[in-house]
Amino acid sequence: MATTTLTGSRIRSYRVDRGMRQADLARACEISASYLNLIEHNKRRIGGALLVRLAKALDVDPSYLSGVVEVRVAAAMDAAAEAHAEVTPERGRAEELAARFPGWARLIARQYAENRRLEQVIERLGDRLTHDPFLSASMHNVLTSVTAIRSASGILAQGGDIEPEWEARFHRNIYEDSQRLTDATEALVAYLDSDKAGDAGGALPQDELDAWLEDLNWRLDVLEDNPTVGIGPLIEDSGRLATPAARQLATAYAEQYAEDAAALPLERLVDGLSGGRTPAALAQALGLEFDLVFRRLAVLGAGETGIGDPYGLVACDASGTLIYRKPLPGFELPRYSAACPFWPLFQALQRPMTPVSRLLRVSGRDEAQFEALAFSTLAYPSGFDGPPVARSWMLFWPVRRSDVPATGVGTSCRICPEAGCVARREPSVFA
Amino acid sequence: MQGRRVLLIEDEPNIIEAIRFILSRDGWRVDTHSDGKSALDAIRERSPDLVILDVMLPNRSGYDILNDLRSEEATRNLPVLMLTARGQKKDRELAEKLGASRFMTKPFSNGEILETVRELVR
Repeated sequence: MATTTLTGSRIRSYRVDRGMRQADLARACEISASYLNLIEHNKRRIGGALLVRLAKALDVDPSYLSGVVEVRVAAAMDAAAEAHAEVTPERGRAEELAARFPGWARLIARQYAENRRLEQVIERLGDRLTHDPFLSASMHNVLTSVTAIRSASGILAQGGDIEPEWEARFHRNIYEDSQRLTDATEALVAYLDSDKAGDAGGALPQDELDAWLEDLNWRLDVLEDNPTVGIGPLIEDSGRLATPAARQLATAYAEQYAEDAAALPLERLVDGLSGGRTPAALAQALGLEFDLVFRRLAVLGAGETGIGDPYGLVACDASGTLIYRKPLPGFELPRYSAACPFWPLFQALQRPMTPVSRLLRVSGRDEAQFEALAFSTLAYPSGFDGPPVARSWMLFWPVRRSDVPATGVGTSCRICPEAGCVARREPSVFA
Repeated sequence: MQGRRVLLIEDEPNIIEAIRFILSRDGWRVDTHSDGKSALDAIRERSPDLVILDVMLPNRSGYDILNDLRSEEATRNLPVLMLTARGQKKDRELAEKLGASRFMTKPFSNGEILETVRELVR
């Protein structure tokens, strides 16, 4: 532990704060008062055992006296001073301030760090055109249509010698492009509007889908009754799906749903569960793929599962992006940020077609335990020469067990209090 | 002024039609190409006096194509006019760094594009 030259000043400041006389402190530490006086005036460097004794007598952490904490804080204060040189902070005396008023110094440092964080958030929001794929694609559509219209109408407006067939062609092009511009603009307005209202749960099409599915409890009864019924009306009448992008996601969900419901009808599913079969045993008994059985189990209500709780389900693609989210109380799934790397979901992704089973301890307000089964698939939709498309699925449900050691996981780094996590990506807000 | 040839690499049919019309009327011979991946081959084959290159192309970005053009001896000095629908500062800087002769953001006017191509090939 390196001690800075101002350790003495700090000792003096703490002693005066506590209303102790030099002689009393010296006696408590078994040194002479004159020696303490030299220390307090920074004329003797101390460390080790004596520093610890002094700290104990003063009832402070030794690191406060040695200045290790303050040096770190002073560095942050220095950065803050650099950023606001116009208020001419006394930069040469930062360490002194940190030594005498450690709490205020920490406040300066903390506020500076918070400012930096907010700046980054603003920057990310400001750069939304780059980071929001829907917005950026819509803008591209609008600009492209406008360019074509401007060019074609410019040609027509200028007159001159235009052959009639060219003239007709440009008229038609303008008509087409204005139609396209209308569509693109409407989509943009709907998108920004739902964003403003915020009742769809947020700005992204994925959020609209999630809100819709939450309303329905992930269950599409129409398709349970008849998997071959058209899904058009289901999407159109939803009332929840405002943007074309969200409707597209919902259509994909419903198509998969219909396929799954046809392969494993509700009756057969509930029948198969009788006798307390586990999800894995159920898949085996029915001779069906794990991911299909997972998706079917996820649409069951608490009364249908046989375990008294509903199942949660999450899926991701090869990039780790969550593409299916059915959370459970106590096991939330992040909306915007990336998930906890310790989820079995990602371990399964690393070993396609290999089942992964884990007991999880999910950190949070009330630490809850969940059983999790994960399985990932590889598909080659464009044949032998095409790229593989990976999907990983994780089914989970609450349990109360203490016989098996559980794997600690979180939701997402920022809201995970797990101290000393070896895979942490960013500091926790609880740190 | 005769025999000036421009290769327009752009994937929007109606924009292609309009630019082709404007430049043809101005005396240019206009070839067009709509795919990013095969754009380099098309340039080598046609060896135009000027390339108008859209940034957002199917299968390959206009930036990558420009980069390849500038690293080849034969096309190092070929005038290239970049077109983009996103006139952000970053895009412009990237185009300049990669060696675009000029950079134009959509929507541009017919006059602008005529003036620019005339300046690029005298």
